[in-house]
Amino acid sequence: MSEPFLIGERMTGGYGSGADILHECTVAVDPGQIAVIVGPNGAGKSTAMKAIFGMLNIHQGSVRLDGEDISTLSPQDRVAKGMAFVPQSSNVFTSLTVEENLEMGAFLRRDDIDVTMQQVYELFPILREKQKQAAGELSGGQRQQVAVGRALMTKPRVLMLDEPTAGVSPIVMDELFDRIIEVAKTGISILMVEQNARQALSIADKGYVLVQGSNRFTDTGAALLADPEVRKSFLGG
Amino acid sequence: MLDILNSIVVLSNYVLIPAITYGSQLALGALGVTLIYGILRFSNFAHGDTMAFGAMVTILFTWLFQSWGITLGPLPTALLGIPFGILATAALLLLIDKFVYQFYRRQKAAPVILVIVSMGVMFVLNGLVRIIIGPNEQRFSDGERFIISAKEFKLLTGLKEGLAFKTTQGITIITAIILVVALFWFLNRTRTGKSMRAFSDNEDLALLSGINPDKVVMVTWIIVAALAATAGALYGLDKSFKPFIFLQLLLPIFAAAIVGGLGNPIGAIAGGFVIAFSEVVITYPLKKVLKYLMPENLEPTGLVQLLSTDYKFAVSFTILLIVLLFRPTGLFKGKSI
Amino acid sequence: MTTSVRNIGLFIFVACLIAGTGFIQSWNTALFILNMGLISAIMSLGVNLQWGFAGLFNVGVVGFVALGGLAAVLVSMPPTKDAWAAGGAQVLLGLLLGAATITAAILCQTKMAPGRNKTFSTVGVLVIGFFVFRYVFDGGVEAVEAVNPAGTGYLGGLNFGGVNYKSWGFMTVISWPIGGVLAASVAYLIGKTALGLRSDYLAIATLGISEIIIAVMKNEDWLARGVKNVSGLPRPVPYEIDLQESAGFLDWVSSFGGDPVTTSSIVVKLGYAGLFAFVLVIILTLAQLALASPWGRMMRAIRDNEYAAGAMGKNITARHLQVFILGSAICGVAGAMMTTLDSQLTPGSYQPLRFTFLIWVMVIVGGSGNNFGSVLGGFLIFFLWVQVEPFGAMLMQGITAGMAEDNALRIHLIDSVAHMRLLTMGLILILVLRFAPRGLIPEK
Repeated sequence: MSEPFLIGERMTGGYGSGADILHECTVAVDPGQIAVIVGPNGAGKSTAMKAIFGMLNIHQGSVRLDGEDISTLSPQDRVAKGMAFVPQSSNVFTSLTVEENLEMGAFLRRDDIDVTMQQVYELFPILREKQKQAAGELSGGQRQQVAVGRALMTKPRVLMLDEPTAGVSPIVMDELFDRIIEVAKTGISILMVEQNARQALSIADKGYVLVQGSNRFTDTGAALLADPEVRKSFLGG
Repeated sequence: MLDILNSIVVLSNYVLIPAITYGSQLALGALGVTLIYGILRFSNFAHGDTMAFGAMVTILFTWLFQSWGITLGPLPTALLGIPFGILATAALLLLIDKFVYQFYRRQKAAPVILVIVSMGVMFVLNGLVRIIIGPNEQRFSDGERFIISAKEFKLLTGLKEGLAFKTTQGITIITAIILVVALFWFLNRTRTGKSMRAFSDNEDLALLSGINPDKVVMVTWIIVAALAATAGALYGLDKSFKPFIFLQLLLPIFAAAIVGGLGNPIGAIAGGFVIAFSEVVITYPLKKVLKYLMPENLEPTGLVQLLSTDYKFAVSFTILLIVLLFRPTGLFKGKSI
Repeated sequence: MTTSVRNIGLFIFVACLIAGTGFIQSWNTALFILNMGLISAIMSLGVNLQWGFAGLFNVGVVGFVALGGLAAVLVSMPPTKDAWAAGGAQVLLGLLLGAATITAAILCQTKMAPGRNKTFSTVGVLVIGFFVFRYVFDGGVEAVEAVNPAGTGYLGGLNFGGVNYKSWGFMTVISWPIGGVLAASVAYLIGKTALGLRSDYLAIATLGISEIIIAVMKNEDWLARGVKNVSGLPRPVPYEIDLQESAGFLDWVSSFGGDPVTTSSIVVKLGYAGLFAFVLVIILTLAQLALASPWGRMMRAIRDNEYAAGAMGKNITARHLQVFILGSAICGVAGAMMTTLDSQLTPGSYQPLRFTFLIWVMVIVGGSGNNFGSVLGGFLIFFLWVQVEPFGAMLMQGITAGMAEDNALRIHLIDSVAHMRLLTMGLILILVLRFAPRGLIPEK
């Protein structure tokens, strides 16, 4: 098997000088694919994601993007390399308009951002209607769309989402997953942490079940959904 | 009818025009405080003395130009000095940031530490200004004194009361409007301005978007320098320049910024005018206005001065307390409780 | 123990500085530094209680100090009988009406149902109350201030010693705790409003209240003569002139061949020093006990992690209010002592930020959170405050030595020495915070 596009390999580390949260954890994703990290509370799902994005120190293992070792780069530098991250909370500029949020997403770009903005508006039509409204006035689901839109404005090669459906209604969640599939179809790699394991695995090309900072099961989304042991332990039967 | 006109003239002459002028000066000061709070996240006690420094450099350049015989005719020469005041203040603030504040920012020190540090900076600046220009009152205005004097106004309208509009008042108001429009254009229309707002709104997300924090901080200091130097020079031009005055301006400026909502530029402007109008109205003897409006037998016997002018900052303080009690985020929503 | 040796060394060093002043300059200056150092040390202890123990930033120290000074006048001066007869009752009635207005407004706010009626009645009560208050109060004030304005023109104090009030010197000592109580009650009001909000807000609120206290003391002549000052307060120690006239004292002086005038002034200053040192020891002991008590540990726990302490069920705002009141009361006591030392109250000399700032530099240089550090800082910084000017003058003389006598720059530089103090204190604060943030004697 060839090297995946983005891989965090055998990562061990934690926040600051605290105890290790991750133990030899490996997560990878290929272009156009959706990889999902699931697992019980406190399994280190978000931590694994943040480690890949450089928001905490790993003292073993490495992160490689397109074959290049980026383990020592700062999050900002990783943004410049084509990685985009949508945090779980406070992920929009509430006092800025929707349009300005998108502009800020493209802050590092020097070329014309208009095309990308139109693409975002096509993906999330509601945002076009609300483009002059402050993001803080939008509903939870709409805010998540702004957050994803802001991340897409960098024209990333990898989009990382930390629990994008936290706190939104099931209908909005389904719609959001549909959009994420559309984004993946444009060739962007998607790495996502999810609480709603069943729905997330159903759209995943690759699934990672983490327990206490280590890989427990790794397979395609469909295979994991079919695995009786995974079903019993993590999907509620 | 004439009585009503006369009372309006008195009110404009003694209350409206001075309050609008003072309000403009406070608004410029409060904008500086609120920007630093929004971006650097601390209350800058050195702001009053930053204004004093800017005004001082402006005065020095004004004297230089005057000695060279360069003037602006009817306008005060100080207008030529202000750009130099801004440049010097910007250089000073950037130096202070590099040698003082940057260290604490990198350490992510608690805001209260930065407040204490800013008090240290305040005393250094205060000492510096006194050493360079001395502790005494300095005069530097020239040009026409009035746009319209009380005498001219009476001749023109035939009213019993005169309306005097000083050149410095006109210049203060116009300059403040130009600066505020320019500031809002910058914050809302330019990429750098928007990135400043984004940084103030959500620092972590701004970093994730690739916004360079050092550049945001630098631009903030430069804008603050422009606001502070201009506000200081205008205040000195309109009233008079005394180094210790700016220490006393600190309270109304903070009150204006908090009343409007710390971190909110529109709030800072509104707060500036709220404080200025309250101070002027409450400490002005209203008898002169009322005597035209009341029937003869009901004319007030006293001065109808609600508070003596010695207590004018008690007014800003009381408003501040009321806002803290009932609406800690300010009239316009500020950043934090 | 190397740290305690080091700390004792620091105290000896500062003692040498002050003694050196005595040998090189004059013993009067040295004792002035000693006495003011004692008072400053007490103020620093008060500020350290607020900042070091609890992390509260009080920018209004001077206001509480001034209240202490006011208490000294109100307690130790004799009442002005004519003024009381002329308008004393009316002034008191006015103040009562003012207080009643505010109480009524608060009742409206707390007891009435929310809505337009509540707002209207609150505003109505305040407006009507304000005019009634001004009507009654202003009349009384006018009458009081008209009584012998050049000599008294104020209500006076509570010293009932009659014509011999000056011999009731103990009244000034009684005023010290009263000054503390006065400061504490204002601290309660301000703390109630601004605590629990952001730390910056407390700073600005205290700055405001101190400016208002000073403004009241400067302008309300009926209270303590405003900028006309009250002088000639009774003294808890003998007068120099009495000593010089006492045979016993003269015998004692001649026994070691001293000069009666100088010696009497030194003895008087030492008398003050003894009294002040006594108070300092009491407050220092109490502060040390408080620091080690469960209460002190809880305060520091709150300071270090407000969130966790709150989660443990500690009522943070109430604790902060306690410590804020205590610290301000100590500043009030010290303020009354300072006015006692000066024998006069001069409201014009309380410069809001400058004074407060000096105390802050003392606490931070000494070592925030350490009581002994605050005491050391009080002495050291006051020494520097006094000595920066002569040192600065020497420095400027040195720098400008090569210039002509009438060189404009030289004259300007030498004139500017007077402003070196502020600059130096600012620099000291910035440098200490940057390079030795824990101060000379760090918290354990």
